[in-house]
Amino acid sequence: MSTQRVLRLSINGQPVEVPSPPERILLDLLREDLNLTGTKRGCDLGTCGCCTVLLDGRPTLSCLTLAVLAEGKAITTIEGVASATELHRVQKSFVEHGATQCGFCTPGFVLSAVALLRDHPHASRAEVVDAISGNLCRCTGYSKIIEAILAARPAGTA
Amino acid sequence: MTAAPSPELRLLGREIPYIEGPLKVSGRSEYTDDIKRPGMLVGKLLRAPWAHAKLLRVDVTKARAFPGVFAVLTGEKYPTPFGVLPITKDETAIAVDRARYIGDIIAAVAAQDELTAERALALVEIEVELLPEYSDPRVGRTRVDVPIHEKGLNHSNIQKEVVQHFGDVDAAFRDAAATVRVRASFAGVTHAFTEPQCTVAEATPDGRLTVWSSTQVPHYLHRALSEVLRLPMHRIRVVKPEVGGGFGGKSDPLPHEIACAALALETGRPVKILFDRDEVFLTNHGRHPTFNEVRIASTADGQLLGYDIEALIEGGAWSSFGTVTTYYNGVMAMGPYALPSFRYKGQRVFTNRPPSGAMRAHGGTNIRYSVEVGLDELAEKLNLDPFDLRSRNALPPHSTTVNEFRVTSTSFLRCLEAVRERSGWAEKWRRLPYGHGVGLGCGFYISGSNSPIHFTPKMPQCTVHLKADMDGGITVHCMQADIGQGSNTLLAAIVAEVVGVSLDRIHISPVDSDVTPVDIGSYSSRVTFMMGNAARKAAEGLRDRLLDATHQLTGYPRDALRVGVERYEVVHRPDIGATYLEALHQAIQSTGAVQSTGAYISPPVGGTFKGARAGTAPAYSFAAYVAQVAVDDETGVYDVEKVWAAFDCGRPLNRLAVEGQIQGSIHMGLGQFMGESMDYRGTRLMNPSLLDYKIIMPHQMPEVECLLVGEDDPEGPFGAKEAGEGPLVATLPAAANALYDAVGVRFYDLPVTPDRVLKGLDRRRAESRVWKGH
Repeated sequence: MSTQRVLRLSINGQPVEVPSPPERILLDLLREDLNLTGTKRGCDLGTCGCCTVLLDGRPTLSCLTLAVLAEGKAITTIEGVASATELHRVQKSFVEHGATQCGFCTPGFVLSAVALLRDHPHASRAEVVDAISGNLCRCTGYSKIIEAILAARPAGTA
Repeated sequence: MTAAPSPELRLLGREIPYIEGPLKVSGRSEYTDDIKRPGMLVGKLLRAPWAHAKLLRVDVTKARAFPGVFAVLTGEKYPTPFGVLPITKDETAIAVDRARYIGDIIAAVAAQDELTAERALALVEIEVELLPEYSDPRVGRTRVDVPIHEKGLNHSNIQKEVVQHFGDVDAAFRDAAATVRVRASFAGVTHAFTEPQCTVAEATPDGRLTVWSSTQVPHYLHRALSEVLRLPMHRIRVVKPEVGGGFGGKSDPLPHEIACAALALETGRPVKILFDRDEVFLTNHGRHPTFNEVRIASTADGQLLGYDIEALIEGGAWSSFGTVTTYYNGVMAMGPYALPSFRYKGQRVFTNRPPSGAMRAHGGTNIRYSVEVGLDELAEKLNLDPFDLRSRNALPPHSTTVNEFRVTSTSFLRCLEAVRERSGWAEKWRRLPYGHGVGLGCGFYISGSNSPIHFTPKMPQCTVHLKADMDGGITVHCMQADIGQGSNTLLAAIVAEVVGVSLDRIHISPVDSDVTPVDIGSYSSRVTFMMGNAARKAAEGLRDRLLDATHQLTGYPRDALRVGVERYEVVHRPDIGATYLEALHQAIQSTGAVQSTGAYISPPVGGTFKGARAGTAPAYSFAAYVAQVAVDDETGVYDVEKVWAAFDCGRPLNRLAVEGQIQGSIHMGLGQFMGESMDYRGTRLMNPSLLDYKIIMPHQMPEVECLLVGEDDPEGPFGAKEAGEGPLVATLPAAANALYDAVGVRFYDLPVTPDRVLKGLDRRRAESRVWKGH
C-alpha cells in the first residue's frame, strides 16, 4: 500500500481535507471517500463522460484525473450546481424538456452545459453539440438534451 | 398533423415532465452503485480467458487463504441451471465443468477491497482441457465434435429450430408476376447503456436475503435467485434502485446477480459486484448476429402474395431469450401488411461467443430491414411508388393475420399519409440531386407479449396497489420497472387523472418485492399497456370510494356526482361538493387508510399450433418513417439529415416520453445501421469499450420530426399502445432506401460503414449502371 497524504481540496466551494494515496483517482475520491455519488462511473476509461466534473470551471473527466492534480483547483460536482433551494436554470430546462431518461449520463451533461453557457451564454446549436460531444447518452438521441441547453440560454438568443 | 390532446383529460396526452427529473439533474437519484451498506465487501469475478474449455481443476485454496478474503466460490456450490425462459435453463451462476465463452465466470470472490479481491483471483489455480472453439453459426448447424451444450440437435450447436408454413407459399411464388429476394447479414450489436451492471446483496441473521440490482425485470430475478440459492421467494427481497438504461440487456436474470447473492450468504456480509465496462460488453445479451433471406411474391399491381423467409441467428454461449428470438425473426414480418401466405425457417445456433439475447425491438429489427428493403426493390420492379405499394397492402383494423395474430387498432394508413406529406416525398423521391435521397421504411411491433413467461395468464401480469391516508398523499405500489422510459411518471399521471388530484399528491413507491405487487417488468414493450390498465382500474376503485364519501357528505346520489380538480361535485350544481381531502377523510373514518387494487390479465388471443403464442400481443404499434440522407461519394461518408417519424402508439399519454422514445430509438437504430458492431476475431470480442464500439455521437444525430397520428386502441389504457421498441424498426430500412435513392446502391451487410458505401459505388460503376446521371 502506498503512503497516504492529506489532500487539501476545494469542492463545491468548501475546503475539504482527505487522506489519500497518491494514485487515488478523483472519481474514487468523490464517490467512495466523500460520498458525492452524483458523479457517475460509466466506464473508468474516459469514454462516456458520466464522471464529468468542473475543474476551475472546465469540464474534466474525473476517472482520468488523479486527485492530487486537483489540489489548488476549484472542483464543482453535480451536487454543487443547484443552490440550497433552487435548481440551476440548466437543470430546470433539462427537467422541463424531458432531457433525462435513465439519468445516468445527466450529471455529466448538466456540467458540460453549465460550463458552456457560463462562457458562451448565447452559444449556437453547433457550439452546444460540440460542447456535449464528450458525453454519451444512450436513451435520448441527444435531441431533448440539445433543446434543453438551447432553451437555457438568456431570453432572446437566436 | 399530430392529434390534439383530449379536452376531457387534464394531464394525459400532454407533455408531462418526468417526476424524478429534479433528482436526476441534481445527482440525487440512487443507482445500485450508490448504495453503501455497513461492512460491505467487494465482489469480483474471475472470467475465462478460453472460449471453450473443460474445467479439470479449479483450486481456490490459496485464494481463500489470502488475507482480506472472506469467500471464494466456484460453480459446484450452486450448480442449479437457470434462464429467463423455463424451457431453456442452461446458465449457471458460476461455470460448472465447462467454460463456454471468453468472459464466462469461473470463480467469485468477496474481499475487503477491490485490490485484495483481484489479487485473490490471481491465486486461483485452474487446469483445463481446451475444446474445439465454434465462432461461426454456419458451421454449428451440422454435426460438430463437441457441441457447446449437450442438448444441441443431432450433435450440432443448434439451440432452436422453427419451421412454420401458413397458406401456400409455393403456389404464391408460382402465380407471382414479380418476385424479389434479399439476402442480408447483420453484425451483432449491444445495448451500451451507460450504467454498468451492479448488484448489492445482503444476508441478515433473520434468515432473509436482500438483493438490490440494476435489473429491468425484478420479478424474474426474484424467481431465479430462489431456484438457484434454494431459498423460498418470501425470504428474498428484491429491490430495484434507479436503473441507468437497460434496452433488454438487464432483462435476463444474470449470473453475477446470483453469484453476488451467493457471496452474501457465504460471508454474512453485504457484497457489491460492479462491472467494469469490458464485463458489460462480454455479458452482452444483445441483438443476435444474423443472416437472413427474404423472398417476396406479388401480383403485377403490387398485391403481396407471400413471404418465404430463412434466418440464421447466432446465439452465443447461452439460450437466454433465444427460443423467442428464433420465432420473432419470422413472425415479426407478419405486419404491417396483409399476407395470404408465409413460410419461415429459422435456426438459432450456439457459438463460443458472448451470449445474444433481447435488445430493443427484439427479434423484429433485422427481419424488418430485409422485408422493407425488399419492398423498395419490388416497388421499383413494378414501377410503383413505395408508398402506394405499402398502402395497397396495409393490414386492415380488426383483422387476423395468416398466422392468427389478432390485430385490433391500426393507424398505419394514417402514418403513411402523414409522413408522405410532411417529408415532401412527392418533390423529393428520385428528384433530389445525385448524392441526396429519401427512403421509406415501415414497421410494427408488439405492445406487450401476450403471455407471461413464468406462469399462465390466469394470474395477472401486473397489479397496482394504491393507498391514500390522512396526509392526503396517494402511494402507488407496483413492481413495474422504470429504467428511464418514464413509467413512474405515467403511473402517477394515470392515478392523478382518474382520482382528480394534482400530480404532486402521488408518490411512486420504489420497487421492492416486500411491498410492491408483481409486475413482470420492462420487456416486450408491455408496461404502458398492462401497467396502464392496472393503474386505471386501481385508481377507479379509489375514485369510487371518494365519490361514495362525497355522497355521504352531500346527500346527492353517486350518479349525480363527478370528478373535478381536487374536488368531487354535483354535476348540475358544481358549487355543491366536497374537496378531495374532505372526501378522503370521510372515507378514512370507516376503514382507515383507503386502499384499492387493480390488475391486468391479457386476453386469450392467437392460434393453438406449436409456437402460436410467439408474437401475440393485446395490441400492435405501427410506424412509417422517411429518412433523408446526403452522401459524399468521394469518401463514402454520409449524413442522415432528417427522419420524419409517423408512429401509431394509439393515444400518446405523455408526449415528452413518446417523443423521447422515438428519438432514442432512432439513435439506436441508426447506430446499428451506420456503425455499431460487436467485432470478433474468432471467438474474441475485439472492441469491448465505448471508444471502439461506436454509438451515435451528437453531431451524427439527425433532426427528428415526430408525427403521432394514432387513433385510440380499444383495449389500451385511455387508448394507448407501446412506444418503446416499435419506433426503432423502421429506422434502418428508411436509411437504406434513402441511400439507394441517393446513389443507386443497395446495402445488404450491416453496418453500412463508409468503406462499404465506397465498395458499393465501385460495384455499381463496374456494372456501368448510371444513377441520376452519375
